[in-house]
Amino acid sequence: MIRRLLPYLYTTPALVIFLLFFIYPIFYMIYLSFTSWNLISPTKTFIGFENYKELFRSHDFLQVLSNTVLYTVFTVLISLVISLLLALWLNRKGRRYSFLQGAIFSPHIISLVSVSLLWMWMMDPQYGLLNWVFSLFGLPTLKWLADTKSAIYALILVSVWKIVGYNTLIFIAGLQSIPTEIYEAAELDQTPWWRKLTRITIPMLSPTLFFLLIINTTDSFQVFDTIQIMTQGGPVNSTNMLVFYIYQNGFDFFKIGYASAAGVVLLVLVGIVTIVHFKFLAKRVHYR
Amino acid sequence: MGVVHRAIKIVEWIGFVVVSLIFLFPFAWLVLTSMKSLGEAVVFPPKWLPSTVHWENFVQAWQSGPFITYFFNSLLVTLAILFLQLVTGVPAAYAFARYQFKGSKVLFGLTLIALMIPPQITFLPVFIQMSGWGLINTYVPLILPYAASAFGIFLLRQAFMQVPEEVLEAARLDQASEWKIMWKIMVPMARPVLVTFGLFSFIYHWNDYFWPLVMTNQDLVRTLPVGIARLKASEGGVAWNIVMAGNMILVVPILIVYLIAQRQIIKAFVYSSVK
Repeated sequence: MIRRLLPYLYTTPALVIFLLFFIYPIFYMIYLSFTSWNLISPTKTFIGFENYKELFRSHDFLQVLSNTVLYTVFTVLISLVISLLLALWLNRKGRRYSFLQGAIFSPHIISLVSVSLLWMWMMDPQYGLLNWVFSLFGLPTLKWLADTKSAIYALILVSVWKIVGYNTLIFIAGLQSIPTEIYEAAELDQTPWWRKLTRITIPMLSPTLFFLLIINTTDSFQVFDTIQIMTQGGPVNSTNMLVFYIYQNGFDFFKIGYASAAGVVLLVLVGIVTIVHFKFLAKRVHYR
Repeated sequence: MGVVHRAIKIVEWIGFVVVSLIFLFPFAWLVLTSMKSLGEAVVFPPKWLPSTVHWENFVQAWQSGPFITYFFNSLLVTLAILFLQLVTGVPAAYAFARYQFKGSKVLFGLTLIALMIPPQITFLPVFIQMSGWGLINTYVPLILPYAASAFGIFLLRQAFMQVPEEVLEAARLDQASEWKIMWKIMVPMARPVLVTFGLFSFIYHWNDYFWPLVMTNQDLVRTLPVGIARLKASEGGVAWNIVMAGNMILVVPILIVYLIAQRQIIKAFVYSSVK
């Protein structure tokens, strides 16, 4: 009898935590998104889809949405291209290559707080290192985070710098799992290097590529730390993105229902990417 | 052929230097700035080395907030999370790996769903719940939501499934209890995975800024990343040398650990995402 109960006893503590802090809050958030509530008043008023209507009528929110998409697309594409190139270059034996692998990976283990403060300092419009480098090459200096046109690209630069090393290492792991016989056969046929790249390497890397595409996308959707520390969503909302917008509306403006509705939108976005991951594209990717 | 070969070699070396600089120089710049006087930090074009090392920057940064409290909180929260994740994770992973039981698929599915839901989505409802229970500004909201790791259970389950059945049968013949089998046989055999997960979890929670920021509003329970980030705000016009000195408190310990255990840490991160 006890033996039949054992697996339930063993799984209960973990499952209770998941239910309380991951699964139940999702339902609670959906419920809150249909109410009007300021966190302080004792009553939550049910208002149906009003929050969602307000959300999609709000110019700010639409900008937040487009900022989030722009940030995600650029961050993911740029970092994937750079890290694929780096991986093809660094996938070799030798002290030099493992040193560089270690160097480019180092930002990944550093807190985003440190990374944000450091880059803010380097992007200082007056005394920043980056403007000095620009002036060295005769390029015009930028206002970086202080300009509505450049601020979001400055954030993209920081996040690419942070994740490129991780992506590169995962790509290298992927490259090393490709059987060498395939390349040996191609060698015999005197296949040119670019054809080996497009016909062998990239197709064989597609599971890795797909994995990174998914996790980079969902991570980028959730960007918060850099925004909170470096720009506070500004100037004039140009770097405000979903999680920061939810945070602002919840904790600064006390619009709990409205913030929850924005949370549901984020949930749907992350959900779509995850479902695509499991159901649709995963089958088309070339697995060995 | 010789010339082409040499040209490629030179280009490769240039690439090597440029890429190293891009990824390492910012850290060097952080160290250099932290040692300058404010006057030296804010000259343009920049001056590379401080004329004298201003150690007092570190004292000033440290004294600008209750950093002993922050440090203690970070340590407590991170270690408590790690301990609880182990205590809840090992039995759950063992059950999912080694028992056939009714509803196991559903329950494991629940774990996978928890794995997919990031804290950046659930923070608002969790905060409201916690504040309803009067638990904001205690350690509970910092620790309890992370007391079980879906990711850890997932990794450990994979490791436990690879232990040969004969090992378990032999232990059961010796009348070993299931509890004993789990901790004395399974856990040692899954050691590499445990180390991997431990590193991963420690670094994540030590560095975490978002969750402590959202769940606290008093210094008493704040952690280091939150404290350091506040340096910038508390300074009025930003004193970059002091901010960088404060930032060193956060960066240097983890960079030192990284320099020592680089191979292991990289392996941990790559393993935990590829498997």
